[in-house]
Amino acid sequence: MTTDTPHAPSAPRKRTVLIRRHAIVTRLTHWLNVLCLSFLLLSGLQIFNAYPRLHWGQYGADADPAFVTTGAREQNGEPRGFVEIGGVSLPTTGVLGLSKLDGELTPRAFPGWLTIPSYQDLAAGRRWHFFFAWAFLINGLVYLAYGILSRHFRRDLAPDRRELTPRHLWREIVDHGRLRFPSGDDARHYNALQKLTYIAVIAVLLPLMLLTGLTMSPGIDAALPFLLDIFGGRQSARTLHFITASLLVLFVIVHVAMVILSGPWNNMRSMITGRYAIRKEGPDA
Amino acid sequence: MTGLLTRRRFLVGGTLGTGALALGGCDALEQNENVGAVLRTAEKLTMGAQRFLLGQETLAREFSAADISPTFRVNGTQSPDSEKYAALHENGFADWRLKVDGLVSRQMEFSLADLRKLPSRTQITRHDCVEGWSAIGQWTGTPLGLILRAAEMKPEARFAVFHCADELEKTLDGSGVYYESIDLIDAFHPQTILAYAMNGEDLTVGHGAPLRLRVERQLGYKHAKYVMRIEIVDSFSRLWGGKGGFWEDRGYQWYAGI
Repeated sequence: MTTDTPHAPSAPRKRTVLIRRHAIVTRLTHWLNVLCLSFLLLSGLQIFNAYPRLHWGQYGADADPAFVTTGAREQNGEPRGFVEIGGVSLPTTGVLGLSKLDGELTPRAFPGWLTIPSYQDLAAGRRWHFFFAWAFLINGLVYLAYGILSRHFRRDLAPDRRELTPRHLWREIVDHGRLRFPSGDDARHYNALQKLTYIAVIAVLLPLMLLTGLTMSPGIDAALPFLLDIFGGRQSARTLHFITASLLVLFVIVHVAMVILSGPWNNMRSMITGRYAIRKEGPDA
Repeated sequence: MTGLLTRRRFLVGGTLGTGALALGGCDALEQNENVGAVLRTAEKLTMGAQRFLLGQETLAREFSAADISPTFRVNGTQSPDSEKYAALHENGFADWRLKVDGLVSRQMEFSLADLRKLPSRTQITRHDCVEGWSAIGQWTGTPLGLILRAAEMKPEARFAVFHCADELEKTLDGSGVYYESIDLIDAFHPQTILAYAMNGEDLTVGHGAPLRLRVERQLGYKHAKYVMRIEIVDSFSRLWGGKGGFWEDRGYQWYAGI
């Protein structure tokens, strides 16, 4: 038996409705992608450690100019880690260039807690990287095929003209800045900033990761030499691979922050069970 | 409210905990043989996919003289540390002979002068180290296919093994001697040459004098330096670590197209 509170009738009633937000394929490929990208990042840093310098162009080795270098050098009789970007040297002892491995200060670009395996082993890093690169590719192709065939891209990700007006975009940016997220019926769909970000990740960053990675392969360069022209050489591709990976890490940080700020439980549930709760105003149907 | 906080804490704690576990567990996973076997399946996939895309004859890109690296990094052995090699070097490699044996109808020997008399190929290509750096250089040498045809391989021949003069790792049993192997698709590839000259000059000791292999569609460690003998085999499982090369025996992929 329920009783209405005396002052309730004047205020609109709110109720929670569970809607189906993410299809099973989206959820599955999302989490597999999380797994793949995690292993790819950590094994990628292991591979980077084997040659911690970034060049631009077709070639690049120790004697050639590099715009990013990290390493360790002696300073006042003590080893110091550093990162050099465009001639500016930053002290990074303990994290980059020089860090503790099994309690001992060891010269290595990225520290052991960021690499697979934790110790220096390029061969092992490559095994992990290429295994998960294949998994990433297959998972991505499944997602792309699903997104097109099920009209997921057109229905959920393509912004309409109204959403792309500067006024609308500016309002969303202001709302995001104030941590005011859509509620009610507006929360049924992605907002324009979400759509644009996801499209950038799905259509630009992830394919760039794959293509710049492939351009580092001498076999692929022979088979698909236009990749060298697109990216300006193997060393440019290696640098772009690193920059794109950094942008993906940035995306994940913002993405996870948004998940936490806009209702972590609801968001996590929707990506696990598919169900997303929205607060609806008005009488029960 | 309390319920929400607990949930939130559970989620955050759970994520952090799983992350930490995953990181700590990776070393254990790396040392697990079954995991290793699963990871290695990717190598076959890579080789299959690349061979499908490449076909037999597709050439690696060739560059112009203007693209040549000002400094070509010397990697691996800087100079083989053996009396035998020192004696050969002292004599300008006049006494050096390339032996070709194994599953061939005619065992052969070539002096450096013999090789120089054969038709040669010159190519400016990019050398890609497995570590990540690259250098561009010009190579001149004898197409390996010419030599293998002259030696008349037997039908069961499947791989060419390159035995080198350098010992990259000092071991008691000699397993630190450098060697490499390629299959016949790469052996007969037009750009696969036994190079005796680099950037228009005799090969230096640092770059593998008197003779080094160029396999342009694969990574640097396949390009064996200080080649002394080419052995044609049906399987490399009997050689040293059984994986087909010095670095392969130390965990690197045999197919190094990636």
